Amino acid sequence: MAETQFAESQTIRVRVNGQEYEREVPVRRLLADFIRHDLGLTATHLGCEHGVCGACTIIMDGESVRSCLLFAVQADGAELQTLEGLADGDDMHPLQQAFWDNHALQCGFCTSGFLMSAVDLLDKHPRPSEEEIRHGLSGNLCRCTGYANIIKAVQAVAEQSQS
Amino acid sequence: MKPAPFKYARPDSVDEALALLQAGGDEAKVLAGGQSFVPLLNLRMASVESIVDLNRLDDLAYIKRDNDTLRIGAMTRHRQIEVSDEIRAAQPLLCRAAAEVGHLAIRNRGTIGGSLVHADPAAEWPLVAAVLDAQCVLRSQDNSRTIAAREFFLAPLMTAIEPNEILCEVRFPVAPVGAVWGFQELCRRPGDFAIVAIACQLTLDDGGTCSTASLAVGGAHSTPLHVAEVEPIISGSQGEAAVMTAAAEKAAAAVDPSGDVHGSADYRRRMVKVLTQRALKEAWAQKRKRALQ
Ligand SMILES: Cc1cc2nc3c(=O)[nH]c(=O)nc-3n(C[C@H](O)[C@H](O)[C@H](O)COP(=O)(O)OP(=O)(O)OC[C@H]3O[C@@H](n4cnc5c(N)ncnc54)[C@H](O)[C@@H]3O)c2cc1C
Ligand code: FES
Ligand code: FES
Repeated sequence: MAETQFAESQTIRVRVNGQEYEREVPVRRLLADFIRHDLGLTATHLGCEHGVCGACTIIMDGESVRSCLLFAVQADGAELQTLEGLADGDDMHPLQQAFWDNHALQCGFCTSGFLMSAVDLLDKHPRPSEEEIRHGLSGNLCRCTGYANIIKAVQAVAEQSQS
Repeated sequence: MKPAPFKYARPDSVDEALALLQAGGDEAKVLAGGQSFVPLLNLRMASVESIVDLNRLDDLAYIKRDNDTLRIGAMTRHRQIEVSDEIRAAQPLLCRAAAEVGHLAIRNRGTIGGSLVHADPAAEWPLVAAVLDAQCVLRSQDNSRTIAAREFFLAPLMTAIEPNEILCEVRFPVAPVGAVWGFQELCRRPGDFAIVAIACQLTLDDGGTCSTASLAVGGAHSTPLHVAEVEPIISGSQGEAAVMTAAAEKAAAAVDPSGDVHGSADYRRRMVKVLTQRALKEAWAQKRKRALQ
């Protein structure tokens, strides 16, 4: 086995929303910046860049993660899902539809992070109580809505999937 | 906000990681879940010359039970502990504490080893490690040593680990027969760091009399504080209100909190008393609940 060496840049391969990408990146490039600048996928937002606001949440290998707290090199070989991969063509994902129906966004800055967190939440708790929804989304900040309609939207999807 | 430039290596084995860390000298650091380290880099409150990424080390991510000892690899994520049936059966206090660490996306990435080495005095893992008398297994390229968690934490964000060492494993005693526990945390919102947190484990006989007791405080001292002085107060008792009050006063007298925007020193000290009483009550209530089952 070749000995691992320290490097300043590295070539990585990732699958994002089902599409394969290969890029050379400086090792300090944050995954969020890689997604936005290198791949041009700008639905993933950056609010705080230190893990507090949740705007940059994406799904990596099936689990929600902060893309501002990962380096792009760490995603080498990973399967990523961003908001761009949520809708099925022109058909919105049930969570997107529920956000629309329940007026769960105003400026929209936080929305992509909330949606990706909600995807993971419903994956882990298909039938969440209101309290579980509140806990599950507690890592995402919204400065507009007051959260009530966001909770309602996620509840609506959880109820749909039960009926 | 971008981290200052650094060099990066992603080894495939602990031995390789230790060699890289040694080669990097004082200016090299390991990266675990990145949930504390990367914010510091992004804010440029920290910078490093080289980073050794532990995330591909499957030999550091495991949960094993050897008789009366639970062995948890340092790279085990908070979330894996939260949902582990094996841990729930052997030491449920760990699952309870894990659920309180940050938010889902933080728990998906952050590791028990990273939290212990980061040594935030308000964090859940240092508190639980102190109350259960956990042992930390450290390795460097040519040495391996085990240190008690109660001696590992030296000051806020400061532990006894050396720059060339990696924390490889944390060992917790399996809960003994008759064990009950309490865990109380005060924070503004779920997922926030504790303002004050208390954890305790007692062993009770069939009649509810306490034979051993351990209690620790988080968030109200420079390190998680195991308050040994409460054991003689609680041992031999049946959880009478006066005993709990005496123990809570002892705990409040033992801490030396500092104040910040989340709570003054005086408030924290008072909360140590309140939460100690609640944690002890919770523990005895567990006993009664079990008796009914
Ligand atoms: C928004 C937010 C909320 C949070 N809330 C909480 C909370 O409520 N409670 C809580 O406890 N934590 C909380 N955290 C912190 C989180 O739990 C981190 O996961 C944890 O503190 C550090 O673990 P890590 O694996 O991410 O380590 P890293 O951030 O990768 O590393 C932390 C430090 O430890 C060193 N290190 C890591 N692993 C090892 C090892 N095996 N050997 C030697 N050195 C090592 C690193 O070099 C670094 O100095 C929160 C974080 C965020 C961003
Ligand atoms: S930008 Fe990542 S959590 Fe705020
Ligand atoms: S809709 Fe504006 S921040 Fe949430």
